Amino acid sequence: MFKYVLKRVLISVVTVLIILAVLFTMLHSMPGSPFNDEKITAVQRANLEAKYGLDKPLPVQFVNYLKAMLSGDFGVSYVIQKNMPIASLLRARIMVSIRIGVQAVALGTLIGLLMGIVAAMKRNSFLDTFATVVSVIGVAFPSYVFAMAMSYFIGFRLGWLPLLYSTADAARSTVMPTISLSMFSMATVARFARTEMVEVMGSDYMLLADSKGISSFRLLGVHGLRNALIPIVTVLAPLTVELMTGSLVVEQIFAIPGIGSLLVSAIQFNDYNVVLAVVFVYSIMFISVMLIVDILYGVIDPRIRLAKEDAST
Amino acid sequence: MEKTLTIRDLRISFQASGGTVRAVRGVDLDLYQGETLAIVGESGSGKSVTVKAIMGIVSSNQIVEGGTILYRCREKDEWTERDLLRLSRREMRRHINGTHIAMVFQDPMTSLDPTMTIGMQLMEGMIQHLHLSRALARRRAIELLELVGIPEAEKRMRNYPHQLSGGMRQRVVIAIALSCSPDILICDEPTTALDVTIQAKILELIQEIQRKTGISVIYITHDLGVVAKVADYVAVMYAGRIAEKGTVEDIFYDPRHPYTWGLLSSMPDISDESSERLYTIPGSPPSMVDLPAGDPFAPRNAYALEADFKAEPPMFQISQTHFAASWLLDERAPKVAMPDSLRRRIESMRGGERTDG
Ligand SMILES: Nc1ncnc2c1ncn2[C@@H]1O[C@H](COP(=O)(O)OP(=O)(O)OP(=O)(O)O)[C@@H](O)[C@H]1O
Ligand code: SF4
Ligand SMILES: [Mg+2]
Repeated sequence: MFKYVLKRVLISVVTVLIILAVLFTMLHSMPGSPFNDEKITAVQRANLEAKYGLDKPLPVQFVNYLKAMLSGDFGVSYVIQKNMPIASLLRARIMVSIRIGVQAVALGTLIGLLMGIVAAMKRNSFLDTFATVVSVIGVAFPSYVFAMAMSYFIGFRLGWLPLLYSTADAARSTVMPTISLSMFSMATVARFARTEMVEVMGSDYMLLADSKGISSFRLLGVHGLRNALIPIVTVLAPLTVELMTGSLVVEQIFAIPGIGSLLVSAIQFNDYNVVLAVVFVYSIMFISVMLIVDILYGVIDPRIRLAKEDAST
Repeated sequence: MEKTLTIRDLRISFQASGGTVRAVRGVDLDLYQGETLAIVGESGSGKSVTVKAIMGIVSSNQIVEGGTILYRCREKDEWTERDLLRLSRREMRRHINGTHIAMVFQDPMTSLDPTMTIGMQLMEGMIQHLHLSRALARRRAIELLELVGIPEAEKRMRNYPHQLSGGMRQRVVIAIALSCSPDILICDEPTTALDVTIQAKILELIQEIQRKTGISVIYITHDLGVVAKVADYVAVMYAGRIAEKGTVEDIFYDPRHPYTWGLLSSMPDISDESSERLYTIPGSPPSMVDLPAGDPFAPRNAYALEADFKAEPPMFQISQTHFAASWLLDERAPKVAMPDSLRRRIESMRGGERTDG
């Protein structure tokens, strides 16, 4: 297991490096230089470039860039908040986004699993139909539709939950964004879980396990669920992407001070330093999720863990 | 000889999209302690459905229309008899499955849980039923793996199914079945999915276990050669009913049912020097949804009488142990003997045996 995890981590690190290389190239292909003010003389420009290390050869610049990015120094914002270090801009916002994201994935996966399992156990019953309808709705509508519907009915008409995010009432403020973001995961996981559970329940190994006379809890929970989880884990990565894109709009709707809304305004104001920094943060998040999924995969399925271990020795 | 299982008039059907599949239509079977009952018959004749009913394993669209499965065993020095069809799934799990009746399935490649170690799959039944501690269960599991002939048993405990060959996996499945010392072992075509050389070894293993433990075995197979080797009693199934049943001698030396004749004639025989073409029974088994009137075997039966297309034959008793369901055994029926080629074959088999022994 250790070897397997180590390999996954190495792959993630390499991925991060590749992403940084791409970002660096993008930075360099931006038109002009940061110092293309007409009042600056050639000597002054050279001095400035020397000060910021821009006179060094590209590989050195890249290494400096790596060091800066990895230590969380993303430079300063030019437009949104002039000369504000991006790192502190992000620090204030990142936890809100992560919190809502994690809540949404956890809620969506748990409820989705539950719905899928119940639907598989009680096939063609009312509950099964209900789960199917919910899944179709959850996949068919983008998260902002749920966000707007909820903020109108629950936030505005009923007034049960805050319409806009407020730091003073953070927990309750995250309820509607979490639910609207979780709908897609819930629907997808429910659909997958149902199909997988039906298939697993009809498999020979479940028949053998059943013929041993073990308790139905063990039969379902240990043999059934674990095998059904293998393909379900696979969809977690695409779900995360869906969640990140969804969060861009949902954060706007509820005025959440997260990195999604930061990215949107950075794009609007052409603050490309901030854009690149947020893109980097998103990439890191996605890579972390991929890493977690890979490790989960190895934990759940010995065939994957052992096959990859054998291959790496 | 104690009787341990008595199946009477078992009738099972399935609700399927095409209609009601009448898979088992009045089956009577008996199993005696320490003996082997072989069930043979073409694909779809209801063999698996019958034995799964003994295990209480039912699918959701299954209807048990009637019958009894009486199971007799000693419990705390007292003989008890229970009708397994009256027990709930939960009671079956707690008191019967694994501990009294265990089963080995056809395909060892798919019958082990791919996410659990061999050791745990062996231990979980013992922990649940015998309330053994993990350490004790582990020790017993290693002994069981050694019993079924798995080398380096201790190391294998940590293996996952995909790290073992098919033959090894089937040994593991047999070890699992034996783990809680059941009285009855049901083997549903345990060697069909394996190589010929491994088939023989698994067969020997089951026989050896039977000698050591005195367990009763129900053995389902398509292979009459295997039947001749392992069985004490044979039941020939056709279209959800027993066509003929009796001791191995009854079935192999004195077959009475034309379907049994067909099966025996289609059996490849290495000792048979005559280069006769291998016989196959013409036609295919009937659809179990719309059974024809009369004997469902009649359309494929060269000896079919007029009566055969009108009513299904009852079970005729030939001797103490030998029964067959064919109108040919009715006293009004014309005398029809088995095909000559089969008779010659049987005579040569008997002759061979006499000189042997
Ligand atoms: N769950 C089910 N739903 C509908 N029909 C079923 C179901 N299970 C079995 N059957 C039908 O019952 C009949 C008997 O099936 P069974 O599995 O007992 O055959 P078998 O004698 O074991 O054949 P084989 O030698 O192929 O294993 C078949 O016609 C089969 O199609
Ligand atoms: S009852 Fe008739 S059809 Fe059926 S096996 Fe006997 S002879 Fe053939
Ligand atoms: Mg079968």
